[in-house]
Amino acid sequence: MAPGLLPWRTDPIGPAEPTPLTITLDGVPVSGLVGQSLAGVILASGSVGFRRTSHDGRPRGVFCGIGVCYDCLVEVNGLRDVRACQRRAEGGDVVVTQHDPPPNLAEPQS
Amino acid sequence: MTSDVVIVGAGIIGAACARALAASGMDVTVVDRGCVAGGTSSACEGNLLVSDKGPGDELVLAQYATALWRDTAAEITEQLHGVVPSVEFDAKGGLVVATTDDGAVALLAFAAAQRAAGVDARELDSAQARGLEPELSPETRVAVHYPQDAQVQPTIAAMALIASARNHGATVVENTPVIAGIRDSDGALAGVATAAGELRARYVLIAAGPWSGDVAAMLGLPLPVHPRRGELLVTTRMRHRVFHKVYDADYVGAVESDDDALQTSSVVESTASGTVLIGSSRQQIGFESGMRVDVLAQVAAKAIRLFPFLADASVMRSYGGFRPFMPDHLPVIGADPRLPGLWLATGHEGAGIGLSLATAELIRDLMQGNATGIDAAPFSPARASLAPYLVGAA
Repeated sequence: MAPGLLPWRTDPIGPAEPTPLTITLDGVPVSGLVGQSLAGVILASGSVGFRRTSHDGRPRGVFCGIGVCYDCLVEVNGLRDVRACQRRAEGGDVVVTQHDPPPNLAEPQS
Repeated sequence: MTSDVVIVGAGIIGAACARALAASGMDVTVVDRGCVAGGTSSACEGNLLVSDKGPGDELVLAQYATALWRDTAAEITEQLHGVVPSVEFDAKGGLVVATTDDGAVALLAFAAAQRAAGVDARELDSAQARGLEPELSPETRVAVHYPQDAQVQPTIAAMALIASARNHGATVVENTPVIAGIRDSDGALAGVATAAGELRARYVLIAAGPWSGDVAAMLGLPLPVHPRRGELLVTTRMRHRVFHKVYDADYVGAVESDDDALQTSSVVESTASGTVLIGSSRQQIGFESGMRVDVLAQVAAKAIRLFPFLADASVMRSYGGFRPFMPDHLPVIGADPRLPGLWLATGHEGAGIGLSLATAELIRDLMQGNATGIDAAPFSPARASLAPYLVGAA
């Protein structure tokens, strides 16, 4: 069970018994539930800052959770720049965190 | 409350002037009807450009400013470490690109004239240009590389200059509109009245960007600073694929134009966070701030012509701001001959972030009667090209 996940039996919302699924995050299997967003699965696994800023390498993750801030971008099944908060998790999803290096300027050729 | 100078406006120009004047020992109060960098300074790109300026007075001012930015950025970063975030000074250089044969001829002639005026402007063929910017359109005919072009994060830069001014003893009064001028018994300006009381001073400096005409009108004087709207698009963050400030060669024409009608040209750059900023437009529509999809569509289409990969990019937001436009295309910097005590530092159009530091040094040296770093006469409120606009009452 993911450390950040509320056990369904004691969840005051009273959900039906959930169906588990498993994704991989940077190659490590992470368990979640059918119906969760990728951001939900990743957060519940205990990973909060899963992206780094280009220049200072500072951690970023789910900030707004509603698709506006673009801070939770991950690569999903080979597609870059997917908002984890807007993507429903599917069993077997291969999620890779993104750390884009800053541009490295070459000297002009002229 | 009495100061040596009251500065009306806490944008980048007011902030830079406050810092320069306070650092030289003057007692400075900055007053703004809103907050620091609440107007144009937070609705622009933070350009520090020489590339868009042909030989002439504005270029001389820009070259003066370029020399000041590197040291000042380093200085305020060091002084304000932990107080204000990095101003993100980045001397990334500009690349102006011609995608048509006619455009190529005009661009190379423009660059040659700039080189004669001391600008570092390096001609590149298509392959060399695409060596610097691999994603650039294969339609590229020629390009000119301007290593002196740079940028800052303009909102943070204004905040940092204000913080630095405060460290030198300046007072900043926010959310306080100026409502009138105060005259002494000789009729000279002796300060301003605000909603929160009087701010008396020997000098009043108007640095209110596109709203400077409104402030001058409150003092009874006409000042032909008009708002010119510019719109920008921001993509979602992505892998860094644009490495310089990249413009199509039309940009220079749009900036220098007098035309009221909409003009767009492409200005593309990536930001530190990985988003791509796409500009820009120029349109005289007063202080109309509604979103204009037709303008943004033109801006986007021209950006795709430079960088075809942008066709698949997602736009995260758009924003626009008002540039303080002058009828004779020069900022106005110095003492207003019509009213003793009144000083002006405004009308920088889309170049105020870059020109702010040089403007501040001119104001400081003129106010204190010292020799100026460059000839200040072309920017004087008393210049001939401005005279027709300054007559009569507001």
